[in-house]
Amino acid sequence: MSNSDLVTTDYSKVIHDGLWNNNPALAQVLGLCPLLAVSGTVINSLALGVATMMVLIASNLVVSLLRLYIPNEIRIPVFVLIIAGFVTIVELLMHAYLYNLYTVLGIFVPLIVTNCAIIGRAEGFASKHSPLPSVIDGISMGLGFTGVLVALGVMREVLAQGTLFADASLMLGDWATTITLFENYDGFLLAALPPGAFIGLGFLLAFKNVIDQNMRKRRTSQVVVEVSDGNTESAIPQPD
Amino acid sequence: MKPGVISRSGLLLGLAGIIVIGLVTLIYQFTHDAIEESEYQAMLQALNSIIPPDSHDNDMVSDSKILPAHKQLGLKKDALLYRARNDGKIFAVAFPVTAPDGYNGPINLLLAIDREGKILGARVVSHKETPGLGDRIESRRSDWSDGFRGTSLENLTTEQWKVKKDGGVFDQFTGATITPRKIVKAIHAALMFVDSNPGVFFDE
Repeated sequence: MSNSDLVTTDYSKVIHDGLWNNNPALAQVLGLCPLLAVSGTVINSLALGVATMMVLIASNLVVSLLRLYIPNEIRIPVFVLIIAGFVTIVELLMHAYLYNLYTVLGIFVPLIVTNCAIIGRAEGFASKHSPLPSVIDGISMGLGFTGVLVALGVMREVLAQGTLFADASLMLGDWATTITLFENYDGFLLAALPPGAFIGLGFLLAFKNVIDQNMRKRRTSQVVVEVSDGNTESAIPQPD
Repeated sequence: MKPGVISRSGLLLGLAGIIVIGLVTLIYQFTHDAIEESEYQAMLQALNSIIPPDSHDNDMVSDSKILPAHKQLGLKKDALLYRARNDGKIFAVAFPVTAPDGYNGPINLLLAIDREGKILGARVVSHKETPGLGDRIESRRSDWSDGFRGTSLENLTTEQWKVKKDGGVFDQFTGATITPRKIVKAIHAALMFVDSNPGVFFDE
């Protein structure tokens, strides 16, 4: 289709990048404002994550479709227009069909426009790739972002309220119920407050770095074994 | 950059703007009715929680008039006053009240008062109080706001219109006194305002 597609896109790399290696929240450290502000409960996290993901997928697709027709000089304002348009559409749809959730998330729905992760993907990926990889990139980046939001939401909600999925009915309908993990739980207030969000994110970042480090170490030691034995089978990861 | 490139880019940018506006307008038209319906249902639910739906025979949500931004109610801009009627006669009204000085900013309330100045119900609509402490003012977290039901200027003295810590009759929370104190103050001020200006609320 275009020159950039002469090299076949490595889909598995795109997916790994979005979910882990180049995760928007944990590696690019983008979109922290909604991440920290909304992650008080699992349902709020999930709702904002899904809304962000929908905007990301749609904007990636459209940017990719139009990438050959948008002159370089005006690409950024056009990207912003596209993203703002989709955010407004998502906002209108939430206002119409998920009213209670819309009132809870408030200003953070329109503020998806300012999530740098989205324009970052438009500029960094979708404007250089054809539609299919761009959509897959949107899905994996969106899932990566939602995953971190939900992980933070789980940590904060369990610590602060001792529950999971509080107010789930706002998003999923009346069948959804709150899971109370600890009866008569006093609550750990710090987790619900903004500093708790920062501390939680700090732990998640540290957690990712520890895992990455261990994986790197294992890979290095495997290479060493390979060289000394001349045995390629040891390249298969061994449980330690 | 050549002038030709600039005008071409400008035109393209304008075209992109028009397309996006068109798309958003389309979705707006499509969701408009659903949004109105959602807001209506949300208002209906809020009103039903402070005035029992079977106590009146009219549709309160549609029976509203403009309530000017009286500072005694803490309102910064005009709001709506909802009327509950039986046989066309107003017997109670519901209107927003704001406690401007909550612990973390204004606390917005919905208050229902009958003709005799008695509170039928009070609900916190929105607030920014501390989660886990001040947010027990929400009706879904505790029944604290039910404590206003049945109170009036007649059955409680000015001294009693305070939280217990200040010598009044209303509960405060452990670790959060300011939030309930300011709400009690705002509701008391609203009652006094209604008492001295009944025409604002109960005239047609």
